[in-house]
Amino acid sequence: MEVKKMAPIRSMKYEEFKNNDYLEGLVRQLNDEGAGVILTTVDRLINWGRSNSVWGLLLGTSCCAIEFMALGAARYDMARFGFEVTRNSPRQADVLVVMGTITYRTAPVMKRLYDQMAEPKYVVAVGGCTISGGPFIKSYNVVNGIDQIIPVDVYIPGCPPRPEAFYYGLMQLQRKMKVERFLGGVNGKDLQHEPNGKKEKGGDE
Amino acid sequence: MKRDEIIKTIEGAELCPGNAGVVKVPLSQFRKVAEGLRYDKESPMDFLREVVGVDWGEEGLGAVYFMESTVTGETAALKVVSDDRETALLPTVSDLWKTALIKEREAYDFLGIRFTGHPDMRRLFLREDWIGWPLRKDYDMKSNPLRLDNEINADITREYRLRKDGTLEGIDHPIFGENDFVVNMGPQHPSTHGALRMRIGLDGEVITKVDPILGYIHRGIEKMNESLTYPQTLGMTDRLDYLSAHQSRHALCMCIEKAAGIEVTERVKYIRTIMDELQRIDSHLLFYSCLVLDMGAMTPFFYGFREREMILDIFEETTGGRLIQHYNLIGGVQDDIHPTFCQKVKEFIAHLRKVIPDYHRIFTGNVIADTRLKGVGMLSKEDAISLGCTGGTGRASGWANDVRKRHPYGLYDKIDFKQITYDGCDSFSRYMVRMDEIMESCRIIEQLIDNIPEGEYRVKTKPIIKLPEGIWTSAVETSRGEFGVMIESHGDKTPYRMHFRSTGLPLVQAMDTMCRGWKFADLIAIGASADFVIPDIDR
Ligand code: SF4
Repeated sequence: MEVKKMAPIRSMKYEEFKNNDYLEGLVRQLNDEGAGVILTTVDRLINWGRSNSVWGLLLGTSCCAIEFMALGAARYDMARFGFEVTRNSPRQADVLVVMGTITYRTAPVMKRLYDQMAEPKYVVAVGGCTISGGPFIKSYNVVNGIDQIIPVDVYIPGCPPRPEAFYYGLMQLQRKMKVERFLGGVNGKDLQHEPNGKKEKGGDE
Repeated sequence: MKRDEIIKTIEGAELCPGNAGVVKVPLSQFRKVAEGLRYDKESPMDFLREVVGVDWGEEGLGAVYFMESTVTGETAALKVVSDDRETALLPTVSDLWKTALIKEREAYDFLGIRFTGHPDMRRLFLREDWIGWPLRKDYDMKSNPLRLDNEINADITREYRLRKDGTLEGIDHPIFGENDFVVNMGPQHPSTHGALRMRIGLDGEVITKVDPILGYIHRGIEKMNESLTYPQTLGMTDRLDYLSAHQSRHALCMCIEKAAGIEVTERVKYIRTIMDELQRIDSHLLFYSCLVLDMGAMTPFFYGFREREMILDIFEETTGGRLIQHYNLIGGVQDDIHPTFCQKVKEFIAHLRKVIPDYHRIFTGNVIADTRLKGVGMLSKEDAISLGCTGGTGRASGWANDVRKRHPYGLYDKIDFKQITYDGCDSFSRYMVRMDEIMESCRIIEQLIDNIPEGEYRVKTKPIIKLPEGIWTSAVETSRGEFGVMIESHGDKTPYRMHFRSTGLPLVQAMDTMCRGWKFADLIAIGASADFVIPDIDR
């Protein structure tokens, strides 16, 4: 059976997302590898569950983290989308959400948190600082992009990103989870993360 | 005036240009002058506002000390230079003012100046194995590439003493006691309010020492500013203490305006003052939300954010930004206020007055607030002054330190408002100060909002702003204390040295004093009541 319908998100139309080609690439790969009927159905069920209960590990070091707090409050209410549960232990988290400037002193800490998370794991880079160093790109103590250290799945640009941008980014992550092969795919098999490399850039810009 | 007295009596003392009135004293006389000022009969300079390390190139390495008397309000500033760049030594003043314990560490970390007699000469913000001194002018920006090996923190610290014959002697001190059980907290911890790390010495459950390890968000802003033009430097202040974004930027704009001789219009002063107060309410609402969340209550968190969102909407309409607004500019503000601004603000204040009693009903009288805040985390007035804990934390210890009253700026000398002080010295007082300040800010805004005069929202400035030579300062009361700016200009379009007085640095230092003898679980409550923002500490 072919995986056809790609990563539906109830709150937003497929065409309204950008970077759809990235997901289409993933689906094509899935089909080429011959996703079996039963496997795909089970996978789909698991992925449905996974993508609707994304547990985040928050590494909020500065300004961007305050905007994330606004998401937790009633007005933006992220519980509607299934990522309101945050864990403070890396062992229990699916996604590392890095918000705020990462300095040379924090970098080893971040790496360690990432290493402690169980597969399958994802990373969301929030804000200009985590993407490139942002306003502090010329500093002597700021990491110019966390993708130099850990692979990033979704980039959410902004300084700080608006709450809507957070949603968009996290929905992109959900969509990515939905088109993955879980059994015999992302689960169990350690992904090949080259220390300095990136996973293919996905998500936003 | 202290200044003239020093110049007259001390040989070799001279006045530096600029509005700060800095007096340069010879190194050999410095300790004597400092002691004289500290223990002066009429106006003892008991509040050391700041110690700023500077690299003066040929002249040598040194520091500028800003101090103030809490009795008379008189101020003084000293500059002292060591001409030996290889082994720059200055005598410590940490026995006179406790705040120097951490500020001198900062100067050591940035410039490699060693303070003789200081009991704890460790790096403060940078990795302990960092090479070189980043704020020196000859620092090679590439000398410390990114490293991913874990950092080992020393358990022993060093004190340098000068022997009689002028040679240097090093004495080692252990950081924790022999029987202390050391627990690490942070930098990734939900209750440290950012990337703060503390090593906590415990005897059973009782705290014996808190050793803050800072720098997890040290972005090197002061060094970056040295290569930015003045308008460019404004971008960084919003990101220091993002809950005092307007106020910090206000301070920097004021400092540059003072130095360049730019007069802003009345309208600008009104707008800036109103924005500052809105920002204060915003910050205190977040303080409330976080404090009660740390105590385990969820509903008040939603309360606080509900009202905070209204302020953010008002901000957004006028400035375009929610959290980081980039609104103040040199000579005015970026854009005129939105046509509905005044009305929305009035509606908001009316609404806030209605709901604040709910805030108190749900938490203030609650048994949890009672047992976990009252009488916990004492900070005496003397300690608050000596440690330089300005803002709500100092005022909760009975120290009337509001910059808006001490050195009025904006419109604060024209309006009627109370300075909130409590003398409980505990976490509960710190909480109440902020809650009362919300109401006081409402009063300030109400006095201003109907009278905003017509006029320019921004005066024209020269396309390239250069400041006259000298040391320039300004200070504002941000949401959590005195935020100061010091600019040393050599007449260029970029500052020679730009320093920000952190409001939070004295507060984390005071954690040790406040937490000692209390239970480990109290640390969270005490930390939340002190209300620090980490990027402002680390800069
Ligand atoms: S991207 Fe901007 S808002 Fe976010 S942490 Fe960096 S400076 Fe702060």
